[in-house]
Amino acid sequence: MTFKTTNADEPQLSRRNFLRVSATAAGGLLVALYLNPSATAQEGGPPRPQQKVYPPDAFVHIRQDGKIVIQVNRLEFGQGVQTALPMILADEMDADWSQVVAELAPAADVYRDPVFGIQMVGGSGSIAHSFQQYRELGAKTRAMLVIAAANRWNIAPDKCRTEQSVVHGPGGQSAKYAELATDAARVAVPASVRLKNPQEFRLVGKRTRRLDSRPKCDGSLKFGLDLDMPGMKVAVVAHPPVFGARVKSLDDKAARGVEGVREVFEIPLARGTGVAIVADKYWPAKQARGLLKIDWDFSGVERADSSRLREQYKQLSHTAGLKSVARGDAKAIDNIATANRIVAEFEFPYLAHSPMEPLNTTIRFDGKSAEAWAGSQFQTFDQMAIAEVLGLKPEQVTFHTEMAGGGFGRRAVTDSHVQREAAQIAKRLRGTPVKLIWSREDDIRGGYYRPMHVHRVEVGIGSDGMPSAWRHVVVGQSLLAGTPFAMMMKDGVDSSSVEGASDTHYNIPNQHVSVHHPTVNVPVLWWRSVGHTHTAYVMETLVDELATRAKVDPIEYRRKLLKPEAKKLLAALDLMDEKSAVWRRNLPKGHAAGFSCHESFGTGVACAVEVSIENKRPKVHRVTVAVDPGIAVNPLTIESQFQAGVGFGLSQLMAKGAITLKDGMVEQRNFDGYVPPYIVDAPVAVDVHIVPSAEAPSGCGEPPVPVISPAVVNALSRLTGKRYRSLPLVAV
Amino acid sequence: MAKFHLTVNGQRKEVTVDPSTPLLWVLREDLKMTGTKYGCGVSACGACTVHVNGVATRSCMLPISLLGERPVVTIEAMSDDPVGRVVQDAWVEKDVVQCGYCQSGQIMSAVALLKHTPRPTDTNIEESMGGNICRCATYVRIREAIKTAAQQLK
Repeated sequence: MTFKTTNADEPQLSRRNFLRVSATAAGGLLVALYLNPSATAQEGGPPRPQQKVYPPDAFVHIRQDGKIVIQVNRLEFGQGVQTALPMILADEMDADWSQVVAELAPAADVYRDPVFGIQMVGGSGSIAHSFQQYRELGAKTRAMLVIAAANRWNIAPDKCRTEQSVVHGPGGQSAKYAELATDAARVAVPASVRLKNPQEFRLVGKRTRRLDSRPKCDGSLKFGLDLDMPGMKVAVVAHPPVFGARVKSLDDKAARGVEGVREVFEIPLARGTGVAIVADKYWPAKQARGLLKIDWDFSGVERADSSRLREQYKQLSHTAGLKSVARGDAKAIDNIATANRIVAEFEFPYLAHSPMEPLNTTIRFDGKSAEAWAGSQFQTFDQMAIAEVLGLKPEQVTFHTEMAGGGFGRRAVTDSHVQREAAQIAKRLRGTPVKLIWSREDDIRGGYYRPMHVHRVEVGIGSDGMPSAWRHVVVGQSLLAGTPFAMMMKDGVDSSSVEGASDTHYNIPNQHVSVHHPTVNVPVLWWRSVGHTHTAYVMETLVDELATRAKVDPIEYRRKLLKPEAKKLLAALDLMDEKSAVWRRNLPKGHAAGFSCHESFGTGVACAVEVSIENKRPKVHRVTVAVDPGIAVNPLTIESQFQAGVGFGLSQLMAKGAITLKDGMVEQRNFDGYVPPYIVDAPVAVDVHIVPSAEAPSGCGEPPVPVISPAVVNALSRLTGKRYRSLPLVAV
Repeated sequence: MAKFHLTVNGQRKEVTVDPSTPLLWVLREDLKMTGTKYGCGVSACGACTVHVNGVATRSCMLPISLLGERPVVTIEAMSDDPVGRVVQDAWVEKDVVQCGYCQSGQIMSAVALLKHTPRPTDTNIEESMGGNICRCATYVRIREAIKTAAQQLK
């Protein structure tokens, strides 16, 4: 592997070099240390289009003032990776944590996820996939600094030790990392380095506060929506009221009359066409949009209706779908007496992600190249899409990753429809930066929902009270079909529809799971924890029902039913049992405990909830969560993710927590019709307990979500004797 | 378009905008103060909360023409506000934020609460914070941080 000191003024050269080098490097790992005197001037403030803010080929930059700037190879949108990845690197590097600065890396091949092969956040993979990568980066950086110091002192590198950004020699010599950086950059990157033993970690495993708290508390942090630059215009788009409809005729006279409106023009959309309005500011753009008179062409466009779909899905669920899992005897269920069977139908609605920061993208196109700013979970795809619309190569689009106000999957869209809209507008506005803003209404009605699902499950109960046969039919649109990920489908089955059921950790003989993937004119997308949002609900409410019928304690029943190899789940279940034991024994009158456990994305989670009924709604007084995520890189972030993630999961139970369609049109418009949890809907207290582990870390972004809703309705069932199989939870 | 004068964080400002323009967009686009966030535009999420005459107010539905002489205080002034600073510090100490987008509004609601009710009960907190959505649902830590701030303000 070769190594080069980079200079921010030579982006093309260093980029070419990098691409050649990385092609030969397993996993695409490369450390570049460089000194860049202009870097200080680039901190904070609005982006400067003429300057290359981030050289594309670096993870670590040791500045002369001692600051260590670490590039984070993925989006920060709440999950805490902008703190955790630098912790991992800084730990192996023995860097002074108080001097660490984290930056979100732009789109570049070097920042692709080492496992997925594209630059992205998804599948709770940030720590799971980049733990080893960032450790090696830190260890190699440290090794190069040590070699530089040893060369200076004319001693063997192994005589040196490092601590808090200083190399110490055996004779009392010492040199700060910043003093060694230039020399270290000339040292060949070591092919292999010794990594720390877990007991040597100084940062990993330590509760560490987020690096981005203060600027998020004083209003100074710039999200994508906050960007401003000289001459910038703001755009909104009038989208068709039915997905895929096209503009038939347009009367924009009144809209053009709004002061501050610059342009009104039709643009192609990912589905159908729309009308873009470009104005000096957002308010005139939005006012003008309200004045457009558009006749829409609905010909050839399916007008989806969620009530009708539900009936169709229910009918389909009575027939076998495409085989996902076939264990044991498919007919076993038919040989079990009806009295010993549970037949359960579940319904789940479309769900919007509705991240707090509405979707947006800013692009400036000068004819030969472009610069884009977006909070993106899919930089690789979004950069490619912008390039395609503008007739450029991806590398001609400098793509800045902006801090994003939530996402939950909504910023990971394979068709990059928001970026394509922004690019269509920027193409027309050549030379002028333009910020496309989706209003909240655009967001709620704009599609890309967690798909609606129906599950039909027949469970046969053996004489021991345990399930002896299980026939399970899932009906729901495929997330992967028609996307670049379609190759992951096997025999027509999208595993993201059945994950959590087909691969259950419960020992269920004669288990048969099949799936129907209807094609519906409603764009769908992964929603935080993907298939587990509905499969965990089905599995955990049914297992609870089985325990009740068997008159066995629900925790004990799960313990018995789990496979012995489900070590993470068993450990989480035991820890939850232990930590909730006291309050479970002392429940006030009218309160009940509910339980669930579910493994997703490699992380085992168990939870206990204390619930009462207030104003005909579940009131969640307390949640005890136990989690086995392998090595807990930042236990404080994990605690925080689980405390809040269960609150996010309660979105599914909100009375107005559904997106519905009538005659092809979405019936909700804003947070008054599609209502996420407010503080009164969230648990009052959540205590989180982490199973000690030396296993490789798994993700913690999504695993909190699946467990909470089933635990809450299991508690409700204890209070009311009813079963809750249809969401949203309209009535208790 | 019309000319309006307003007092934001103690400073006199002048803007020329359409009278229907909500205070939120005057702050964000005319005064370039982007700490106040757009979340819904219909007073349903509280991301745009500012203090108008000391009262926590959704700036997304307040037309500039109806502001009058009432002074406006935004998140940008909280570091210099005796209660605001304590609340911000409590937020940082408790590691409240995740995505952080709603937190300007959460902090503005919390500061207004503590200025009027220095020892808030859980019910006070739920009432005053009841209109602020945190989509990450950091509510447990928001509640803790308000209690921490209240302790420190004693």
